[in-house]
Amino acid sequence: MFLAAASVSIVISFLIILSLAGEAWTFISQIDLALLIERGWFPRRDLYSIQTLVAGTLTVAGIGMLVATPLGLGAAIYLSEYASPRMRRTVKPILEVLAGIPSVVLGYFALQVISPTIVDPICPGSTQGFNMAAAGIGVGILITPLIASVAEDAMYAVPRSLREASYGLGARKRTTSLKIVFPAAISGIVAALILGLSRGIGETMVVSIAAGATGGSLFSINPCGPGQTMTAAVTALATGSDQVRGATLAFPSLFFVGLILFIFTLALNLVADRFVRSVRIRY
Amino acid sequence: MASTPRTQALTGAEAVRRTLEGGGRVDWASRAFEAFLVALLVLTLGVLAWLLTVVFVNGIPVLAERGIDFLTSPLNSQADAAGVSQAIVGSLFLMLFVALISVPLGIGAAVYLEEYAHDSSFTRLVNTVVRNLAGVPSIVYGLLGLAVFVVALADFTGGRSLISGGLTMAILVLPIVIITSAEALRAVPGSIREAAFGVGATRWEVVRSHVLPYAAPGIFTGTILSMARAFGETAPLILVGAVIGGFNVQYDGVVETLQGRYTALPTTVFDWARKPPSFSGNVYAAIVVLIVVLLLVNALAIYLRNRFERRW
Repeated sequence: MFLAAASVSIVISFLIILSLAGEAWTFISQIDLALLIERGWFPRRDLYSIQTLVAGTLTVAGIGMLVATPLGLGAAIYLSEYASPRMRRTVKPILEVLAGIPSVVLGYFALQVISPTIVDPICPGSTQGFNMAAAGIGVGILITPLIASVAEDAMYAVPRSLREASYGLGARKRTTSLKIVFPAAISGIVAALILGLSRGIGETMVVSIAAGATGGSLFSINPCGPGQTMTAAVTALATGSDQVRGATLAFPSLFFVGLILFIFTLALNLVADRFVRSVRIRY
Repeated sequence: MASTPRTQALTGAEAVRRTLEGGGRVDWASRAFEAFLVALLVLTLGVLAWLLTVVFVNGIPVLAERGIDFLTSPLNSQADAAGVSQAIVGSLFLMLFVALISVPLGIGAAVYLEEYAHDSSFTRLVNTVVRNLAGVPSIVYGLLGLAVFVVALADFTGGRSLISGGLTMAILVLPIVIITSAEALRAVPGSIREAAFGVGATRWEVVRSHVLPYAAPGIFTGTILSMARAFGETAPLILVGAVIGGFNVQYDGVVETLQGRYTALPTTVFDWARKPPSFSGNVYAAIVVLIVVLLLVNALAIYLRNRFERRW
């Protein structure tokens, strides 16, 4: 009985791969492959430029990482090396709350607050509310707690004896944190960043709400302008009501995009998993 | 002669003290580094405070003005008449699916992996698959639900229906329940199991009367948090047909309800967020409802964890 429960997860992953791959194959086999490198992603007009979506995805996730890396790692080093136990006990649950904020909420916050107050001064006159920078910052806020928590776990797991040896040689706290603990925990920290990137690539709602480009998008990596990511393209098609299942290839194209997204994130997660495990083996 | 070693000892102690204090100088670089770390942490927490402030400042007036009416009105194209009753009912139904499907399945799988399974290649495969399933973007689960429940099993689920949404959510949450439950089981020390085996208990008796009770708080906390995750999830529901716009619900019977149309709280937030600015107050009010529920649930989970946490 318990074995059956465990097998369910295997069945689910097969279902994911089958459903994605099946429809994605329908798409690939019926489409003129030249259309995949067109100038834009407009599935309702049969323009399926996957590179537009990949470029948008990497732009948004990249901005997210620019925001989340210093915030997350700074919080991790502080909590692991400097904070008193009492402070840790207070701050970590607060970070968990931040991690638990639904992404729709951050999406609306990015559109209504971040876009006018942070992005507008940087990109004068060109934003019209919807832009990839605001979405990227929103994604960054969303993945900061994840990076902080995984990196902090890795640094906290570094044995005390390494720190004491460093202090014994007369090193200061800053030196010990940066030159001893940080390198010792580096594989966990890299794993944290990769997981953050993977989460940023898969993030949907922030981008759907804040990045604009609901119908489709021209190729663009300008953070000040609207853009579309793989995830947002899927929701945009689905919210365009039931026409998704019309005569065009729009419906199978969803699964093609989903399959690419799945492969991207799966690869990143596997790499991160490898890194996490190498920490565990050493200590 | 007599004073020399004493002087030397004093100088030595003094030297050590000075070194510990940073050589008698203020170590500005270290101070600056610590201040920089604090600034980053404060910035992170400040964003949370900023977000909550904006949400509550904009949402509370609408809730105060509309009162209970906001919670009991159905969706409507008029901002001042629209409410979240259908969204709340829909979200509760989705939670019910998660609780009835993912929780027993997830705990069962965790018990198998931690208590029964040997370290075989199958076990390792399941572990790897579960860990990676937890990292799959939620929208991919939405695509799975769309292909399997909405299209392939349309006769059973009724297409874009509550049952499709509930099953999709249950699948989405399952890996998280497995991982948190397995962690809770792993935290129970082996000596407890060995003691029970030592007095002749069977494996099932050990699990039922020793391991599960000790792991229960951890399992419970993890379960609550995964329900919270499902409560705030939006993207997959958009694909498996949570309603955007207005609809009427007739509760004719159980089957009709389950195969009927539905919406959920975060989906409603998304829907209203794309509407004209007159809906902005409603969006914030709905977000307040959403966040208050999530904060209560999270607080409950943290309280339970601190209250029942055991150190072995």
